[in-house]
Amino acid sequence: MTVTGVAPPAAAPPVPAAGTARVTDRRSARAFVDTHVAPYADAYDRAGRVPEELLRRVAEAGLWAPFLPPGAGGTGMDWVTLGEVHEEVGRGCSSLRSLLTVHTMAAWTVQRWGSPEQRERWAPAFAAGERLGAFCLSEPGAGSDTSGITTTAAESGGGWALNGVKKWTTGGQRADVFLVFARTEASIGAFLVPRDTPGVEVRPIDDMLGTRASMLAEISFTDVVLDKDALLGPSGFTAGMVLTGTLDLGRYSVAAGSVGIVQACLEASAAYAASREVGGTPLARLPLIQAKLSDMVTDARAARLLLAEAGRLKDAGEASTIMATWVAKYFASTAAARHASEAVQIHGANGCSTDYPVARYYRDAKVMEIIEGSNEIQRTTIAGQADRERTG
Amino acid sequence: MTDTKGQILGFVRDRYPQAEITESQDIFALGFVNSLFAMELVMFVEKTFGVTIPNEELRIDNFRTANSMSELVTRLLAEPAVA
Ligand SMILES: Cc1cc2nc3c(=O)[nH]c(=O)nc-3n(C[C@H](O)[C@H](O)[C@H](O)COP(=O)(O)OP(=O)(O)OC[C@H]3O[C@@H](n4cnc5c(N)ncnc54)[C@H](O)[C@@H]3O)c2cc1C
Repeated sequence: MTVTGVAPPAAAPPVPAAGTARVTDRRSARAFVDTHVAPYADAYDRAGRVPEELLRRVAEAGLWAPFLPPGAGGTGMDWVTLGEVHEEVGRGCSSLRSLLTVHTMAAWTVQRWGSPEQRERWAPAFAAGERLGAFCLSEPGAGSDTSGITTTAAESGGGWALNGVKKWTTGGQRADVFLVFARTEASIGAFLVPRDTPGVEVRPIDDMLGTRASMLAEISFTDVVLDKDALLGPSGFTAGMVLTGTLDLGRYSVAAGSVGIVQACLEASAAYAASREVGGTPLARLPLIQAKLSDMVTDARAARLLLAEAGRLKDAGEASTIMATWVAKYFASTAAARHASEAVQIHGANGCSTDYPVARYYRDAKVMEIIEGSNEIQRTTIAGQADRERTG
Repeated sequence: MTDTKGQILGFVRDRYPQAEITESQDIFALGFVNSLFAMELVMFVEKTFGVTIPNEELRIDNFRTANSMSELVTRLLAEPAVA
């Protein structure tokens, strides 16, 4: 896709096309993305945000939390299909996919761990996109090392008092409710904190390297008073499971988005290589360029299969989905970073400009290697599996 | 050994083949349990025995040994399902 006559940075993002059909599978997701997302993604990137109209279109398409059961406002979409849908969104715009990811994490956590009252209060609003969720784990001083978080939730007056600072919160500028992980006396607990609670302060973080339209924020919580039922899930040793499960879904969605980036790199590169000639020969005929394209094709398929396998295991309720998701995310994110770099290479100077989307893919792909468990943490965890399962 | 207990032990041993684990051994004391394994264990129990473990049952004492997990499953299967 070529975008010309672009808006200057920080201009209002363009309004997506009207008319939205429900998204139920990969095909309808692809149509949605090709109509409402991909043509505008470069402009969103430059504006540093996506427009409210797009968020509404996502709601009209039923895309915010389709995995919730019908009683909670979803359609009970299976995880394999959800992975395909997030792949398609990631193919068009990693920033929007990031917003979907953190919303998915919040919505699923409420559904999985919430009390019936909590589910009733939040799930339908999450499904309809009337309330957008964000995920607050990282802090200025703690990222990979989640045990290093210093935000605290102390029992107080029958409820909780929350204090601390969260950083890099995707969607934080826009979200209505934050899923905040904080230290309790027993362990780390998950708390739902509406944005308008007194003591919550949101400071935008702009100009990130990638996913620039995902509206990051730093959020401070100062003596925030929460009801007792702001805590989601069990306390004690299993409280860590809430975080593990939440991150597992985030990783699954980022893996899907990374497959989408590889696919986008492939589509852009194949089109460019077919039309660009050097010395009278299309790039597509040059063996060194063919090698890059063939690796993109192969890795897109391999990453998609790993993702589908992780999704199938989720649908079957198999515990091995967690490791399968680590592997899928590791493979897909590194493939995305590698192929986005090659996509820029194939485009030459054009690839470094704003005339083609591949520079955005390159910047977004780098982020995929850092979020939801950096590459180093992924490799350490996967190696840990190899070690614990060794028989000798 | 009951089938429930055997299946639980089989799952733990599959994950840690190099360790020798008995039905009454405290897997927490052995230092095996991190949050990833805890999650896998809960998913395994829920899937294999067709139960949903309510939040208040997610206590460490219910998961210390194959014996205690098996008792938890028996108890959950005996209870009428709650919404
Ligand atoms: C665009 C973007 C969006 C984000 N959105 C969110 C969000 O919505 N919510 C949220 O909570 N967080 C979010 N994050 C934060 C993200 O989760 C963290 O950046 C990530 O966990 C890494 O933590 P860190 O940046 O503190 O790096 P550090 O943990 O300080 O790590 C620095 C480097 O050291 C490596 N490293 C760390 N530990 C080890 C180890 N044990 N062995 C070997 N190497 C190691 C890391 O891999 C990394 O390369 C976002 C980040 C970005 C960039």
